[in-house]
Amino acid sequence: MSIISTKSGTLPKRFLRLRAIEPIYFILIAIVAAMVLSNPIYLDYGPMMQLLRRSSPLMVLAVGQLFVIVSGGFDLAVGSLITFLILICALLLNGNPELAYFAIALCVLVGLMSGAVNGLIVSFWKVPSIIATLGMLLILRGGGLYMSGGSARGNLPDTFRALGRDSVFGFPVSLIVVIVFGAVAWLILHRTSFGRQLYMVGSNPRAATLSGVNVAGIRIAAFMFSGLSAAIAATLLSGFSGVSTSAGDGYELQAISAAVLGGAVLLGGRGSVFPVIAGALALHALFTLLNIWGFPKPMRDVVQGLIIICAVAYSARRK
Amino acid sequence: MHSLIVNLGPRVRWRRILRRVPPIFWALMLMLLLSVPLLAVYSRAGGMSWAFISNMLERSVTLAIVAVGQTFVILVGSVDLSVAFVISLAAVLASFIMQGDPSMIAVAVPLILLGGALIGVVNGVLVTRLNVNPLIATLGTGLIIQGVLNTSFQNFAGSVPREYQQLAYGRLLGLPAPIFLLAALVALASFVLVRTRFGAHLYAVGGNKEAARLAGIRTTRVIMLAHAIAGLLAAAAGLFLVSRLGSGAPWVGPDGIYDLESIAAVVVGGALLAGGRGGVFGTLAGVLILGFIDSLFNQLGIDPYLKQVLRGAIIIAAVAVYSIRSREEVA
Amino acid sequence: MSLKRTFKCLPVAAFAVSMAMSALAEDADFFDQAEHDRQIAMLGATPIGDPAKPWLQSMTDNFRDTSKYKKNGAGTICFSNAGIFNPWQVVGYKTMREEIKLHSNIKEFIVTDGEGKDDKQIADIDDLLASKKCDVLLVTPNTTAALTPAVERACAQLPVIVFSRGVATECPVTFITPVGGYAFGAQAARFIIDALPEGGNVLALRIAPGVDVLETRWSAAERIFAAEPKIKLIGSEFTNDDRAIAKSIVEDYLQRFNKIDAVWMDAGATSVAAIEAFEDLGVDIPVFTGEDQQDFLAKWKEKNMTAIAPTYPTFQWRTAIIAATQILRGEKVPGPIWYLPQPTITADTLSKYTQATMPPQHYALCGCEGMAGYPEVWGGWK
Repeated sequence: MSIISTKSGTLPKRFLRLRAIEPIYFILIAIVAAMVLSNPIYLDYGPMMQLLRRSSPLMVLAVGQLFVIVSGGFDLAVGSLITFLILICALLLNGNPELAYFAIALCVLVGLMSGAVNGLIVSFWKVPSIIATLGMLLILRGGGLYMSGGSARGNLPDTFRALGRDSVFGFPVSLIVVIVFGAVAWLILHRTSFGRQLYMVGSNPRAATLSGVNVAGIRIAAFMFSGLSAAIAATLLSGFSGVSTSAGDGYELQAISAAVLGGAVLLGGRGSVFPVIAGALALHALFTLLNIWGFPKPMRDVVQGLIIICAVAYSARRK
Repeated sequence: MHSLIVNLGPRVRWRRILRRVPPIFWALMLMLLLSVPLLAVYSRAGGMSWAFISNMLERSVTLAIVAVGQTFVILVGSVDLSVAFVISLAAVLASFIMQGDPSMIAVAVPLILLGGALIGVVNGVLVTRLNVNPLIATLGTGLIIQGVLNTSFQNFAGSVPREYQQLAYGRLLGLPAPIFLLAALVALASFVLVRTRFGAHLYAVGGNKEAARLAGIRTTRVIMLAHAIAGLLAAAAGLFLVSRLGSGAPWVGPDGIYDLESIAAVVVGGALLAGGRGGVFGTLAGVLILGFIDSLFNQLGIDPYLKQVLRGAIIIAAVAVYSIRSREEVA
Repeated sequence: MSLKRTFKCLPVAAFAVSMAMSALAEDADFFDQAEHDRQIAMLGATPIGDPAKPWLQSMTDNFRDTSKYKKNGAGTICFSNAGIFNPWQVVGYKTMREEIKLHSNIKEFIVTDGEGKDDKQIADIDDLLASKKCDVLLVTPNTTAALTPAVERACAQLPVIVFSRGVATECPVTFITPVGGYAFGAQAARFIIDALPEGGNVLALRIAPGVDVLETRWSAAERIFAAEPKIKLIGSEFTNDDRAIAKSIVEDYLQRFNKIDAVWMDAGATSVAAIEAFEDLGVDIPVFTGEDQQDFLAKWKEKNMTAIAPTYPTFQWRTAIIAATQILRGEKVPGPIWYLPQPTITADTLSKYTQATMPPQHYALCGCEGMAGYPEVWGGWK
């Protein structure tokens, strides 16, 4: 809503919006400052890049999730979609370096298809997205394990893993992927008529229908974009750490948390790309910070739980 | 709604009651009937029998208790994702407090039920007073509980006394005790929903919150109470689970995926996630369908991974059957 | 607003509550000195039986008479599996299915899968008992404490064999286990201490709490590290068997402590991810302990690492079927505990166990090399 109104808004409104910088940026700066104060090593280039590389799958995934959240839904299937894709690629490639780009293309295709199915179920069968994607989660998790026989089979060649593991002049390739993906997503969301329609669908589907927006088509596209982000996250994640049957576990909730931290409003209509990327980064930075402080690992859950509640409570009040 | 029924004659009333049985219940009965010949041919473990049914009921009790609680919050258009962690908390605290001492049962049980209700109230406060989206609010409290629990306990903590395990393994009139427990719970919950003012308020708030508020219903209090009930029943599910396991560990709740499964059971049972429609019998049927699939696939020896795929498809299909003709926009 | 203040206090309060609770919670003590010493002694002993078939060997010579269970003709073996959620179980289960093909006195083999849930596995066992079809029941308990009552109920009806993880009862005909977790953990810890210089930093990576076969490994290693002044244990963390978590933990610790001289692992599934953390940072790979997974062995060989791999052999899944057929025939079976040998892979025996044609998560000690389906059934190629 707010985005639409500022498009046609007057100058003072724009000025107001400038003042209302997303709080996530301050949170991120505070966390990074605390990290640097606790261990000056984080001022160095290397450790910072490591943190960025490690968080890049989540950054990509959170942006994809943002599209679905803006359209008013959830995508719980992304975590198991990641695992599914990694298992399938390993099975298919089995260490063969020549097929790597073909496999990445296949990932993208499967990701788009799975997103399209989610979108179709939500739009035409009217199944709420939380249930539709929960069902898809089970289908993909079971399907991936069924095909690979319960454990990781085959191996990923280094050419496939390069996107998530290699660096160019000390700059992680995965970060380049995030930057490109983020820029494209920003353009789509904030500079195209598709983006405007997405916000309309999320904030008031009935009004969107009445003004001639193809609600079903927009929803399906949003889910497809989320599927695409899962495919990219899968290549980055498997590049970082390799094949395993639990690779994508929990990523769906982390992606939703990151989006919410970045100011996206659940049930639709609000949120933008860069704060969400900052949200994903903040989540990983926070985990690193807690580790520096020597918190027992389960306490990270407590902190994550608190901050997502606070973030949503804060944005509810702002609204 | 409820006042109508009282004035009707006995025959009409009987028919009314029959009509109130959700269609999903007939679907469950049909599935049970159809599986008799199927199991007779393909079963590797005994086929349809009384033992099969009774085991199916027993394996569904924990989920049924949580799902009945979940029904209350879904009816008011909210949801509770923290139940899995409340189950763990209840299970761990029960065995930790009891430490095998039967005299502690009377201390532990009320204390834990109260704790569960309190967590529900916290969820309710977050949802109603702070306007936090219920998914995030309860996911957040769930994460907090999990974190505290995992920091404090790394393993099975203590144990419950043998007497307490009678709850899960005892027999009454030749039937397993948990079945009576389940029946009592369903009867009580459906009485609350159908025959009390509070029950009518739940439907009203879920159907149209603004209209309910204008009609003089204190919506905040109703939502809060629904959350308290969900928390209480999640704790009760934990208490039952620990009597089955003999001891509680921090992972027993999340391992059973009770959060998502309970939501799935409620919507398979015909409830609307947006609130205002649903009932205990539908939920029970939803739980039993999930349990039945489990038992059936066990007997047919279906690959567990394939089973998960089928489960996912069944959940989507079951909900689609209700919603496909709806003209409402969902997201 | 007072609510806001409450929120600020909450993390502190949560922390305080958990600290208080953990102080109250009795230390779930997995350490048993006598058992520990017995295992250490057994590790060096010579097993009874054919060295070419370690899955038939026994470290002790005590037997249980099973003539009362003798069945004329073929029988039905039922198996309540905890689930197949890690590669160790996958390899073991495949080996088991191949083993069944070798026996003519198995009429039927009925498996239930507990999907890693205690509650489901209890129901599974009850289902199997209710079916009245089983002549022998095999159980791989999901967790020790929760499955004990169900196993006790089963024991009252038919002969039971437990393996993979234990139960807290001696009612099964036999519990099949390698020498044990204390020996595993202690061996790896001693190797690290011998290999490290004064003041070395050791990081311990564990899968998850609460599983007896893993807890025993850690409790033995923890005591050895604590008693050794020349090394420093900088942390022990749970990886949940997740490679990304393992790699991140190592990266974090490398930054916090600047150097890690050894990594002790209670299981090998994530060891290669941990090694990659050192590779990606351009740091020398330190002393590592792992397990008999092919990816670890291949890395070890390729990088010429200082490493050791104690094992928890997957061939015990063969042994379970063999024991079941012995019971069907009424023969004596090693029991109440059937101790299998527990070979350790060292630099000297590394080449013998490295198999380039097997998948990365294949376990070298499957004892399956001579079986008909090898290597395709286990995902390898000729």
